Amino acid sequence: MATEKFETSLKKLEDVVRRLEGGSLSLEDSLKAFEEGVRHASFCAKKLDEAERRVEVLLKRKDGTFSREPFEPED
Amino acid sequence: MDIFAEKTILTVTRLTALLRGVLEENFEQVWVQGEVSNLSLPSSGHLYFTLKDSGAQLRCVMFKGAAKNLKFRLNDGLALIARGRISVYDQRGEYQLICEYLEPAGVGALQTAFVQLKERLAKEGLFDEGHKRPLPSFPHRIGVVTSSTGAAIHDILNVLKRRFASLEILLLPVRVQGEGAANEIARAVDDMNRLKLADVLIVGRGGGSIEDLWPFNEEVVARAIHRSHIPVISAVGHETDWTISDFVADLRAPTPSAAAELVIASSEELRGRMESLSHRLCLAMERQLARLEARLEAQRRALHDPTSLQGHLAQRVDDLTERLYLALENSVARRREQFERFQTTLLHHNPVRQADVLRQRIRLLSSQTERLMLLRLEGLKQEFGSNAARLEVLSPLNTLSRGYAIATQKIDGKVVTDVAQLAAGKRLRIRFYRGSAECCVETVEGVKT
Repeated sequence: MATEKFETSLKKLEDVVRRLEGGSLSLEDSLKAFEEGVRHASFCAKKLDEAERRVEVLLKRKDGTFSREPFEPED
Repeated sequence: MDIFAEKTILTVTRLTALLRGVLEENFEQVWVQGEVSNLSLPSSGHLYFTLKDSGAQLRCVMFKGAAKNLKFRLNDGLALIARGRISVYDQRGEYQLICEYLEPAGVGALQTAFVQLKERLAKEGLFDEGHKRPLPSFPHRIGVVTSSTGAAIHDILNVLKRRFASLEILLLPVRVQGEGAANEIARAVDDMNRLKLADVLIVGRGGGSIEDLWPFNEEVVARAIHRSHIPVISAVGHETDWTISDFVADLRAPTPSAAAELVIASSEELRGRMESLSHRLCLAMERQLARLEARLEAQRRALHDPTSLQGHLAQRVDDLTERLYLALENSVARRREQFERFQTTLLHHNPVRQADVLRQRIRLLSSQTERLMLLRLEGLKQEFGSNAARLEVLSPLNTLSRGYAIATQKIDGKVVTDVAQLAAGKRLRIRFYRGSAECCVETVEGVKT
């Protein structure tokens, strides 16, 4: 879901950039487009930065369910 | 008991048992090579076949317990090396090889198994490109199915650490070699799917012998990967190692490290795309602003900038001045010309000259008038003379001289021609030929007509 939103946002950012690069927009429309672009860009950046590096291991309990625990690989 | 003693009669069963004993004792473990034929795979799980070569044939059986460990599948025509013991199937009176181990002749058993499984699964469509799903372009959670102590997870984590990748790694530890490993791997893939624990799966292990890698050549693993809804990257051993997992997976990574790189690559590519777009966005906006500003500046200069306007006006003034001078010069020249023309005309019409002319004319006219006057006077004189003569003829004085008198009213001098004009007492003046007299009317008498 987040991936789709991200993709959609990136696609919109692309559209906005292309429109703005076209250079035929009025000042008002340019600003609108720019604002929209900035919004999508910051959304994408946020989504990209949202994921933090986290390494966990799934441990199977006796009842068949799993528990997550931080994973420290042996060096 | 000496069975070779004369006329010792044995039952068939007894003899067969004796023969079995002899054979089993002497052929306890033999290796034999031949070609498989008459293969039979009943539901019991035992394998029955015949090994033959150009000169003979040998009945063979492999019981379920041993057959279970068989990595490859038998088929007719297969060149086979079998290890086992010779025994007798009493009921049929046939001796047979009870196989404990089989391997394809020429190539290794595992190699054959690999080729066979690959062919079979390919035929089934498990490797079809159409079934392969693309990796998510933006994976957050990476599920890793491998050993928690192996090289694979170590390498994967190293890559992610080195590349500063912000990803969630979830390891589902499994044995990756030996008995039962394949089942564990398959179950782990199923669990990841069932619990929806990852956006993408890396299934694999580090390098090892073909036996070590074998679980990834097992059908059970292939099928688990095939039915996975989560895209699977197979990363088994080294670059040169190909396993069934590699063929059935959505993507094959040559090594676990490479798998990690592939996973990051898509998100890094996205980040790059995003950053490039952001950059382009700003650049486009700057350009757009510059463009608009330039236009505005041009407008502003034209409209509001007083210095520019002054310059502009100065230029216009200069221009106009020049034109004015030119026009003026033209005009002056024209005027001068005109003036000169006027002057000439004026000279012609100089009042002094005019006066002279007039004077001359006056003089001329004066002399003419004088002459004419004289002429006229002369004429009048002559006319007067003739008129005077005629006057004399017509003059009342002549009549008066003949005794007539003219009576006029004293008050207004009107000639009295009718007695009605008179009344008694009115004073009349009577003119005679010579002199006149004042009289008073005594009576008036009408003249009867």
